[in-house]
Amino acid sequence: MSILVDKSTRVIVQGLTGREGTFHAKACAEYGTKIVGGVTPGKGGTTHEGFPVFNTVQEAVDKTGADASVIFVPPPFAADAIMEAADAEIELIICITEGIPVLDMVRAWEFLQTRRARLIGPNCPGIISPGKCKIGIMPGHIHREGPIGIVSRSGTLTYEAVHQLTTRGIGQSTAIGIGGDPIIGTNFTDALDLFNRDPQTEAVVMIGEIGGNAEEAAAEFVKARMKKPVIGFIAGQTAPPGRRMGHAGAIISGGHGTAEEKIKAMQAAEIRMCKSPADIGETVVAALGAKAIA
Amino acid sequence: MKIHEYQAKAILKKYGVAVPRGEMAESRDEAEAAAKKLFDAGASGVVVKAQIHAGGRGKGGGVKIAKSLEEAADLATKILGMTLVTHQTGPEGRVVRRLLIEETLPIEKELYLGVVIDRGEAKPVFMASQAGGMEIEEVAAENPEAILKEYITPGMGLEAFQARKLAFRLGLKPPQINQAVQFMTGLYTAFQQTDSSLMEINPFVTCTEGRLFALDAKINFDDNALSRHPELKELRDVTEEDPLEVEASKYSLNYIKLDGNVGCMVNGAGLAMATMDIIKYAGGMPANFLDVGGGANAEQVTHAFEILLSDQNVKAVLINIFGGILRVDTLARGVVEAANKTRIQLPVVLRLEGTNVEQGREILKESGLNFIVAETMKDAAEKVVAAARS
Repeated sequence: MSILVDKSTRVIVQGLTGREGTFHAKACAEYGTKIVGGVTPGKGGTTHEGFPVFNTVQEAVDKTGADASVIFVPPPFAADAIMEAADAEIELIICITEGIPVLDMVRAWEFLQTRRARLIGPNCPGIISPGKCKIGIMPGHIHREGPIGIVSRSGTLTYEAVHQLTTRGIGQSTAIGIGGDPIIGTNFTDALDLFNRDPQTEAVVMIGEIGGNAEEAAAEFVKARMKKPVIGFIAGQTAPPGRRMGHAGAIISGGHGTAEEKIKAMQAAEIRMCKSPADIGETVVAALGAKAIA
Repeated sequence: MKIHEYQAKAILKKYGVAVPRGEMAESRDEAEAAAKKLFDAGASGVVVKAQIHAGGRGKGGGVKIAKSLEEAADLATKILGMTLVTHQTGPEGRVVRRLLIEETLPIEKELYLGVVIDRGEAKPVFMASQAGGMEIEEVAAENPEAILKEYITPGMGLEAFQARKLAFRLGLKPPQINQAVQFMTGLYTAFQQTDSSLMEINPFVTCTEGRLFALDAKINFDDNALSRHPELKELRDVTEEDPLEVEASKYSLNYIKLDGNVGCMVNGAGLAMATMDIIKYAGGMPANFLDVGGGANAEQVTHAFEILLSDQNVKAVLINIFGGILRVDTLARGVVEAANKTRIQLPVVLRLEGTNVEQGREILKESGLNFIVAETMKDAAEKVVAAARS
């Protein structure tokens, strides 16, 4: 198993013919992901790097049977691309684009409530079920198939965590980057719930950062429902208030969204917190060890 | 992006939000001329308000009332050029370069209005409170029921009935209700049409003769939406920003200056924050946050280096790169190029991992430059903190 994506997932790329879209469509296909086509309005009927191109998502779905879409469309048009995918009954939409205006995301989020699609992102690295399917921009080769679920607001910090696990011989069931924006489709709680029900996943690494209160909400879920060990880290313990730390959503505002508050809430939910980002691998080893003894 | 109060008020006025009469002034003469207009129009006094991108200006001595033209001019002289320190400026304060000269009003009550994006609800929320003139965060912490909220349905605005509900709950009098509805719906329309991320009217005042005004106004724009508002981009005041941060923004680098002495260059915001954290954990203090982004090229790395090094506090540099899209060999070439170009004398600790890491390490070795190579983040942090101390 794994969550959300596996060998049968059929993926189209919105914004395929752009530089990023082209590069990552090829990288995902090389990893083994079934990239079945792309969408670039006006270029329908052509092929690009061997992938068929369609004018609309609906046409791509009708012709290829795609059930997932990854979006590399530039920020001013990305929210529209999300809505187009949802309207064409794509089940899983992964939006990589960084820099979408927040009021555009407000509209897209509202639209998604009326469709059955799940959105991952925006402003995220995507999702990978190692050995099965990679939809996103993460380096595939650092991953290894195994029992750890990962959910994170960050891109490269997730790679760091994956690397610490893989070099210790511990693989991952699925790693999801949920994105660094204030409004995102899939949050920590959604991902934890999916990992909770996935038989392959034995423990979950949750990597949060300053801003908002999604980590606190997830801690409530862990306390009430989570049956598997959760290992946590919060980035931004040294971040000054009122400043946006790279991610649009990473800001302490009005004294809220601090690392301290989040760590406290997560500790209260018995999440094993790593003080240092270098300790993630070791903490997982310890958590799995404790489980084995039990 | 932040703007000044006088700019915010000019925008709001266009949307039918009532603001006191007034003008921006950059000199004693301009301030005097502006005050004269107000006194001639019948104002009983004028307020001289320092314009900086920070709150708490009144407590810091940057807002004063003048009863005569001469007093207004003297206050302008005093406030212009002063370093205003408030709870939001930090101890170094901000130099006042502009003033807003405004008529005084017969204030009866101070209320609060605000619009922000509620992240959990994924929609804008319009807030109102009778606790005006205070920090709304304090009100929220101590007495959350005192903040009234109306959520905006995406695709719609603040509807009249919502504004009416808020107006009555604020305790406004029946003859003021229609005025308040116009004020509030205008405020929300401005928020939506300018792609703002925050608008605050604190205080929103009622006057003894019944009229309503935005006595103060704060607007932050959504940086991601500025590309579709070229006219709003013009309102940026770079003198309010850190010069190094302004320089970094020219090269699309995310740089925030901090107080420590360990400069760091990282790809990705999360990893950059985590790198700052681990520096502190190793006993040092980060001099900055710097995210070179996922697609950085050699040129950007060079600029990033130059910016890092122009901070005189920096005693050692840590480069922590996890190559995904940004391949490690590309980064290594950029670092070597930048090190040669900037003739860096400071110790540089490099921790590289990810795509093409072997080629990257080879490039560093062959460069003949004296880099300190670290294997893990922990190792890197310890080495750089030690280097900064020596």
